[in-house]
Amino acid sequence: MIKTEDINFYYGDFQAIKNISMEIEPNTVTAFIGPSGCGKSTFLRLFNRMNDLIDGTRLTGNFIIDGQNIYDKSVQVDELRKNIGMVFQKPNPFPKSIFENVAYGLRVNGNNNKKFLEERVEEALKSTALWDEVKDKLKKSAFELSGGQQQRLCIARALAVSPSILLMDEPTSALDPISTSKIEELIFKLKQDYTIVIVTHNMQQAARISDKTGFFMLGELVEYADTKKLFTNPAKTETQNYITGRFG
Amino acid sequence: MRKIRKIIEKIVEGILTLSGMATTLIILLIIVFLFKEGFGFFKSPVVEKGYEVCLNSSNTVDKLSSYQIKQIFDEDITNWKEVGGADAPITPYRFEYLFEQYDEADFGEEYKLLPAKIAEIIKADPNIIAFMPTKYVPQDLSIRTLPRENFGFVDFFFGKEWMPTATPTAQFGILPLILGTLLVSITAILIALPLGLGVAIYLSELASKRVRKILKPVIELLAGIPSVVYGFFGLVVLVPLVQDWFNLPVGETAFTGSLLLAIMALPTIITVAEDSMRNTPRAMREASLALGATQWQTIYKVIIPYAKSGISAAVVLGIGRAIGETMAVLMVTGNAAVMPTTLFEPIRSIPATIAAELGEAPSGGAHYEALFLLGCILFFLTLIISISAEVISKRHPQN
Repeated sequence: MIKTEDINFYYGDFQAIKNISMEIEPNTVTAFIGPSGCGKSTFLRLFNRMNDLIDGTRLTGNFIIDGQNIYDKSVQVDELRKNIGMVFQKPNPFPKSIFENVAYGLRVNGNNNKKFLEERVEEALKSTALWDEVKDKLKKSAFELSGGQQQRLCIARALAVSPSILLMDEPTSALDPISTSKIEELIFKLKQDYTIVIVTHNMQQAARISDKTGFFMLGELVEYADTKKLFTNPAKTETQNYITGRFG
Repeated sequence: MRKIRKIIEKIVEGILTLSGMATTLIILLIIVFLFKEGFGFFKSPVVEKGYEVCLNSSNTVDKLSSYQIKQIFDEDITNWKEVGGADAPITPYRFEYLFEQYDEADFGEEYKLLPAKIAEIIKADPNIIAFMPTKYVPQDLSIRTLPRENFGFVDFFFGKEWMPTATPTAQFGILPLILGTLLVSITAILIALPLGLGVAIYLSELASKRVRKILKPVIELLAGIPSVVYGFFGLVVLVPLVQDWFNLPVGETAFTGSLLLAIMALPTIITVAEDSMRNTPRAMREASLALGATQWQTIYKVIIPYAKSGISAAVVLGIGRAIGETMAVLMVTGNAAVMPTTLFEPIRSIPATIAAELGEAPSGGAHYEALFLLGCILFFLTLIISISAEVISKRHPQN
């Protein structure tokens, strides 16, 4: 269960997120849509405190995951991130072998048991439907895979540490249609075990895969509703204008 | 109008091509000159022009290397047996001895009687080896001059003594110089690498924006300080410090040179390593951190492996800087051309030798040519290093 209360977020003097309060149910897919620069990616990166890496940022409000405010001083950021996987816009495998890429998260957790690693890597690769494609070349560099395979590898890498939440920041924007549909199928399947939050530029994608959709504009959450409702009967005119393609 | 512009463009193009070609040509000419002068060394005789090594005709030895002649006159070799002759003790005889043995009046007007005296001495002792100016060597059947030998490759590259002004034969063994250079440079890198890498990691990963903004230009400024100034610093600060720390008779040692070179190589190492670490894509860092890795895990598991080629390039460039460095090393290492045995003795490097001795070496002589040959060797050392730097920095990680 994710709950945000009056989140405001600033890059220096610029307010990127304005007063966002929302709730996300477990084992659902939530999509964030909106025009470029609307703050949807920034908001997503608040879930695992990725914006901490940027100098001069500031946050107010409560960001609660499973009953705990993740911006509380007592929270260990690296522990938090172990529970929240993230997949980025561009596939970003490490310059290591396929196996080591998936095992990375386990290794930084201190798991070095070979058998355990092998089991978990296989499991993670199977859950992203990549196992059959790469099982014979686990020792090969991850850069030898195609873009779509690399992105599924990155998803497997995130899943290997068994998080409960999976954040996806436009995971298919750099991929071809076939790879995209594979990843969408995957998201659909992963819903059973994970809470998925996905930022997407592609409204059809949001409509296809998500249970709930949030529409962002200029740092505000304009509308947040069941996907079906938001796309067929939006409550706000801005949403209406955006989804019918009048701007954006 | 368009025609004029076209003509001007052609002219500019021509000038640029020409200047490019001229530069290349000049560099090539410098290299050719260096090698031409340097390889003359192997054509210069072991015994300086104007002097002869004379033996009694009964002596069967007809070949002595420059090192053997030196050892004979230093009385390190005392029996003809050791250089392939009969079993008899050697009597080395220098020109100066004549003036101790005889009164100057005995040599007559303008030393006319000198050759006769020399002949007398050589005839009297079948085991004598005498070093004499050519113009006083007597024409006598019982006296034989040693055939002129040239300096050999082995004597040059593996000779352990560098004594360019020794008589009767100068010694040009560059092994102590090469070893001295390598010892100082490699120790310098061993000191500078962990330090430089540490600072690079700090600057690229840990320092706040403000600290980096101040520190980076300062470090880059250090690279621009003239080496003589570093040398002064070394002489005044490091030399007494090293002497104190290690309780040494002199502070001018290989270690002092290494320390100073390490300081001088640091800016290069830091800048190059830091640049390559900062070039690690943000996506890599974020991927690692998003998986719950700590900052340190990210540094040593992702950033350092990713920046490996840049770090190696930094090392090689640092070595290049250390090997070619002249003034600073000249000022703090004590300049003793001996085979280095420990870090805490004076040594002498190749560039320091060239800088210190070229002014005294008569143009065209063996010493002069030997220094050029040293220049060639230095050229090859740095060439190898720049080529490896090029190869390493072009090798992108896993692509």
